[in-house]
Amino acid sequence: MPEPIVTIRDLVKRYDDGFEALSGVDLDIREGEILALLGPNGAGKTTLISSICGITRPTSGTITVGGHDTQTDWRRARDLIGLVPQEVKLEPFEMVAKTVAFSRGLFGKPHDPALIQRVLDSLSLGDKAGTPNMALSGGMKRRVLIAKALSHEPRVLFLDEPTAGVDVELRRGMWEVVADLKAQGVTIILTTHYIEEAEAIADRVAVIDRGRIRLVEETAALMARMGRKEMTVTLADPIKTLPGTLAEHGLTLSEDGYAVTYVFDSRAERTGLTRLLSDLLATGVRVTDVTTRQSSLEEIFVGLTNAAETGEAR
Amino acid sequence: MNLTAIRAIYFFEMSRALRSIGQSLISPVLSTSLYFVVFGAAIGSRIEEVEGVPYGAFIVPGLIMLTVLTQATSAAAFGIYFPKFIGTLDEVLSAPMSFFEVTLGYVGAAATKALFIGLVILGTAFFFVDLSIAHPLWMAAFLVLTCLSFALLGFIIGIWAENFDQLQLVPLLVITPLVFLGGSFYSITMLPPAWQTVSLFNPVVYLVSGFRWSFFGQADVAVGVSLAMILVFLALCLGAIWIIFRTGWKLRK
Repeated sequence: MPEPIVTIRDLVKRYDDGFEALSGVDLDIREGEILALLGPNGAGKTTLISSICGITRPTSGTITVGGHDTQTDWRRARDLIGLVPQEVKLEPFEMVAKTVAFSRGLFGKPHDPALIQRVLDSLSLGDKAGTPNMALSGGMKRRVLIAKALSHEPRVLFLDEPTAGVDVELRRGMWEVVADLKAQGVTIILTTHYIEEAEAIADRVAVIDRGRIRLVEETAALMARMGRKEMTVTLADPIKTLPGTLAEHGLTLSEDGYAVTYVFDSRAERTGLTRLLSDLLATGVRVTDVTTRQSSLEEIFVGLTNAAETGEAR
Repeated sequence: MNLTAIRAIYFFEMSRALRSIGQSLISPVLSTSLYFVVFGAAIGSRIEEVEGVPYGAFIVPGLIMLTVLTQATSAAAFGIYFPKFIGTLDEVLSAPMSFFEVTLGYVGAAATKALFIGLVILGTAFFFVDLSIAHPLWMAAFLVLTCLSFALLGFIIGIWAENFDQLQLVPLLVITPLVFLGGSFYSITMLPPAWQTVSLFNPVVYLVSGFRWSFFGQADVAVGVSLAMILVFLALCLGAIWIIFRTGWKLRK
């Protein structure tokens, strides 16, 4: 197992008002992977990223990037990091190419107009080099932020909610950019609260909630667990017991007798739905409604949190 | 030392200043010219010489100081406040730069701007009064040191300020009285002894006195003392900035 590129140990961040945004985070990020940091609003995603990048001071704990401690060896640690902030923050009057070149300069890299142009081209901003930032559309501004972060050729790139509030097309474009970067060997950490986003591009998913990492798992494995679906059939007339053939399907009948619920795995080869539905029709009951729902991210969080708490109690 | 990064900030700030060079220059030049017209030509001819120097010439160093102090302070305050306000400062804070490098970039640019304006005003002064500079090198040294130390003060104000009102309030409430009471338009030896003592707590007295000495060869306070006080002020500001960056006050959460 190669050394992780980012290690976080027992990271705590308590703000001056007493709010604890991070309560002991442990996380290893592997070199070259795309890690999605998934969590609801206020879970601590941005605080975690800001702590690694040096914008927020951790209360305690250690972080290393490429083997360099971000507190003691911060210069070399920060050399490796690029950050795309959540909010669009750009000098309004400055031109795109100059803004990006400025970022490269800040990281102590020599001026390299050809490289800046390549970065802009790769983000479809090639023809905007001489445009002032304020004349760009929202999606372009977001891409300028990425260009700034890439301008000094970082080995680890943090994207803080890169697709929050952007349209579907732009989101796909962003995913392509991320995939290209991964192909170039850049390690990418992105925060999101869209589970589909994590599913689409991440190698691993870390779920963070209330300042703690609740789980870190390969995306495929997590998605399999997320695949649990529930179908509820509402009946026109209540039934007391399940008719003969239906009993074999493992259904649950509601107390009032108006609804039967079936739990299945939507990703499984055989969901059992076809047989269940034909059996249902065969019994002659009158159906008024059929709904299916997937267990939501929130439910997973609740499940994880409860599991963690019972685990601690033991 | 991350020289590339210092240069990046410095030139980025300078190009911001160059975009509005006209505005930056016209107001100080105009107001100084008005001072010369009023105090130099209109009233000055009726005021007797101060310590053997015609009044019109006597006020030149003070006027330059007045402008340079105000400009250095507000340029540096704005220079750091603006990126803080729009949020681009986070990028600077996450860059591999020490507090000293960040400060040098922003303060250097603000000091350069103030120095340039000071020189333009000096040039303007030659149109209005007969002026000779006794110690040109010392004059330059005092000017540069003043630009630097008050740019440092402005830098602190810019970090402290939470809105644009505060950004303008401090230069207005603190710098202007200090400059006017600092002997820009008079020699503090003209004051009653008690007020002379009070004046010695005003850092601007030393700046104006030393600066005036470089023009006319005479000073309210010994030149060595003036120089020492400027350096002390400079060190104090730098120390304050070091503490600000160390504790992250108003900068890092």
